[in-house]
Amino acid sequence: MLRYFLKRLLSLVLSLLAASVVIFLALEVVPGDPAAYMLGLNAQEDTLNALREQLGLNGTLLERYLSWVGGLLTGDFGISYTYRTPVADMIGDRLWVSLPLALYALTLSTLIAFPAGIWAASRRGTYVDAGVMGVTQLGVAIPNFWFAMLMVLVFAINLRWFSAGGFAGWDAGFWAGMKSLTLPAIALALPQASILTRVMRSSLLDTLSEDFIRTARAKGLTKAQAMWRHALRNALIPVLTILGLQFSFLLAGAIIIENVFYLPGLGRLVFQAISARDLIVVESVVMLLVFAVIMVNFAVDLAYALVDPRLRRRAG
Amino acid sequence: MRLGKIGSGLISVLALAASIGMAHAKSDIVVAMQLEPPHLDPTSAAAGAIDSVLYSNVFEGLTRFGPDGSVNPGLAESWEISPDGKTYTFKLHSGVKFHDGTDMTADDVKFSLDRARADDSANAQKALFAGIDSVEVVDPLTVKVTLSAPNGSFLFNMAWGDAVIVAPETIADIKTNPVGTGAFKFSNWVQGDRIDLERNADYWGTPAKLDKATFKFISDPTAAFAAVMAEDVNAFVGFPAPENLPQFEADPRFQVLVGNTEGETILSTNNKQPPLDNLNVRKAIAHAIDRQAIIDGAMFGYGTPIGSHFAPHNPDYVDLTGNSAYDPELSKKLLAEAGYADGFTTTLKLPPPSYARRGGEIIAAQLRAVGIETEISNLEWAQWLEQVFKGKDYGLTIVSHTEPMDIGIYARPDYYFQYDNPAFQKLFEDLTAESDPEKRSDLLKQAQTMISEDYVNGYLFQLAFPTVANAKIKGLWKDAPTQATDLTAVYWED
Repeated sequence: MLRYFLKRLLSLVLSLLAASVVIFLALEVVPGDPAAYMLGLNAQEDTLNALREQLGLNGTLLERYLSWVGGLLTGDFGISYTYRTPVADMIGDRLWVSLPLALYALTLSTLIAFPAGIWAASRRGTYVDAGVMGVTQLGVAIPNFWFAMLMVLVFAINLRWFSAGGFAGWDAGFWAGMKSLTLPAIALALPQASILTRVMRSSLLDTLSEDFIRTARAKGLTKAQAMWRHALRNALIPVLTILGLQFSFLLAGAIIIENVFYLPGLGRLVFQAISARDLIVVESVVMLLVFAVIMVNFAVDLAYALVDPRLRRRAG
Repeated sequence: MRLGKIGSGLISVLALAASIGMAHAKSDIVVAMQLEPPHLDPTSAAAGAIDSVLYSNVFEGLTRFGPDGSVNPGLAESWEISPDGKTYTFKLHSGVKFHDGTDMTADDVKFSLDRARADDSANAQKALFAGIDSVEVVDPLTVKVTLSAPNGSFLFNMAWGDAVIVAPETIADIKTNPVGTGAFKFSNWVQGDRIDLERNADYWGTPAKLDKATFKFISDPTAAFAAVMAEDVNAFVGFPAPENLPQFEADPRFQVLVGNTEGETILSTNNKQPPLDNLNVRKAIAHAIDRQAIIDGAMFGYGTPIGSHFAPHNPDYVDLTGNSAYDPELSKKLLAEAGYADGFTTTLKLPPPSYARRGGEIIAAQLRAVGIETEISNLEWAQWLEQVFKGKDYGLTIVSHTEPMDIGIYARPDYYFQYDNPAFQKLFEDLTAESDPEKRSDLLKQAQTMISEDYVNGYLFQLAFPTVANAKIKGLWKDAPTQATDLTAVYWED
C-alpha cells in the first residue's frame, strides 16, 4: 500500500514538473513584450528598459524559470506584471468566485442527471426514455453561451428577477452571492447534465443486462429492487469518471460564461492576463489548474475504490 | 421678534422640505466601461482605463482638460510665463489636501515632475516632460519650472493624466491605493469587477454632487447591452456595440450621447516598405478608400471623416478630406503611373478592436477593386505591438491614435509608419518653440496639410465616443478630449 502510494506521489511530482517546463516555455516563446503593452504607443526606449528592469524581465530564461519555480515551491506565486499585486492574492480572490460556481454547477448537473438517467434507464424504450434522450440531445447541442444570453434576456432584461451579470460578492451575504451565480451555474450545468444523464443511462443499461442482475431477478427481486440494490452501484464508475472531468472543466473552462456574465473568476483572469502578456499570472494560474486537475483525478481514483471493493483489494 | 420666530419656523420647514427633496435624488452612480485598469497609477502606464477612472476624479494636475478639451487651471490657480517663454511660475491653490490629510505643496509638484522625467521613470508619456530643465520650489505655494527651450504646448502637456500631482509619502502603494487631491477619493477595488470611489468631504474646490461612484468593467459587448437594459449599471461610457445604439435612443429610459474623441483612426502605412514607399502608390490607396462606406459598415454610421491626422473639433482643424476623395478610376491611373498597373500584394495586420477588424474587411475589398491584394492577419494587441509597432514588419494596419494632439509622431522618423520628412520635422520644431497662438494655429494647419499631401497614411475617421446613460443623469461629458470620466459635476435629476 505504501509503495503504491509513493509511486503515485512520484508520478504526481514528475507530471507537475513536466507541466511547469511546458507551461513556462510555451509562454516564453509567444511573442509580445509586457512592458510595451503597458506603456503603449508613445513610450520611449529608455522608459521601456527601465520598466523591464523593474519587472525582472531582463534575466536569462533559466534564471527566470528557476525563480518562478522556486517561488511556487515556497508558496510565493510572484507579483503580477500589470496589476503589481501578489498573484497568490489575485488567484485567491478569483477562486472565491470560480470554485463556488463550479461546485454549484456540478451540484445542479448531478441533481438533474442522476434521477433523469435512472428514470430513462428504468423506462427503456418508452416515451419517457425517448423524451429524456431528446432533451439531453438538445442540451448537448445548445452552446452554453447562447443559452446564457437567452436566460439574461428572459430573466434579467424582461422579468428582472436577476441582474444581467456581475458578482455581488460574499460580503453582501451568502444568498446574494448565490443569486448572482445562479444563472451562470444553470448555463454551465445544462450541457454537463445532459452528458451525465446519457452516461448514467447507458451505463445503467449495460449493467442491467449483466448476468448478476439476471441472477438477482431469479432470486425473486423485482426489477426495481435489482436496480437499486445491485445495478446502480456498479454503473457508477463511468459516471464518476465523467464527473471528475466535468469538475476540472468547470473550474478552468468557465471562461466564456464568465465573460457573458462578467464574473471576476479565474477564467477571465487568465484571459485578461494572456492579452496583457502578464506571463507570471498566466503561468501560475495554469500551473494551479494543472495541479487541481491532477488532484481531482486522484480523488476520482479513490472514489472508484470506494464504490468498487475489487479495486480496493487490488490496490491494497 | 414675532416675525423673526415665524421666519425661522418657515426656514426650518423649508429646510425640511429641501432635505426631503434631496433624499429623493439618488446620490450614487454605477458607471460601466469596457476595460479595467491594470493598476491605479496614471503616471506609469499607457492604459487609458486608468485615466478613465481616476482623471480629475481622484488625481489632478497643475492644469486640467475641460469637457471641450480646453486647458484650464487645476491645482495651479494662475501662472506667469517669462518673456523668453522658458520659465513658468505656477501659483498653487492654498488649502489643497491629499486624501490622506497632508497638504499639497510645491514640494509635491517638484517631486511629481522630477519623478516623471527621471532616468528610471516608467512614465508612458515621458516626452511630455522632456523639455523641463529644472523644477524649483520658491515657497510652499509657488513653483518655478524652467524649460530648456520655449514650448508652446507646455500647459497642455501638464493637463495630461500622466502629469498629475502625487505625494512622495504615498507613492509606494499608488498602484493599489491611489491618494490624490481630487473631489473623489478611492475607497475599494474588487479586481475583475469594480472600483468604488467616495466623495472627498474636504475637497478644496467645488465639491462633487455624488456621494459614491462605482466603476464596473464589462468587456463583452453583449453583456454590456444586457447590463444597460437590465439597469444594472446607470451609465456605460464608451459603449462597445454601436449597432445597439438606435435601440437605446428609442427607449425613454435612456439617453445616448455620441461625442468626439481624440482618436484618429487611420490606415497606417509602412512608408519604408516597397511599393508603399512610393508617393503615388500611397495616393492611389487613399483614393481607393470610400470612408463613408467604412463608417457605415464598421461603425454603424458613427464617426467623422478625416483627411489628416487632426481632430475635427479642434479650432485649428482644416478639412482635407478632399485630398483623398473616393475615386477608384484615379486610383488605378496612379497605380499604372507608379508602374503597378497589375496591382500588387501587401499585408494588412489588424489589432482586436472592431473598428480595425470590421473596417479591415471593407478596406480589403475596396483595395481589391483597384487591384491591390491584401493578406489579412488578425493580431492580439501584444502581437501587434511586437510585430507592427516595434518590428515594423507590416505593409498596412488600422489603428486609432487616441492621444490628444499627437501630430508630433510624424516628426519621429523611427515611429512605426517610418515617415521621414525633414521639412515636417523642421515645421514641428518651429511649432514646439512657438507660443504665439496665431502663429501656432498657422503652423498646425501647415502640418496637417503636409502629411495629408504626402499621403503618409490613409486617413479614415475620427472615432466616435458613445455613452448610454439613464435619462435622469446630468453633467456627463459628451466628448472625450482625453480619456476621462469626469464625475465631479454629475448629478441625478429629480
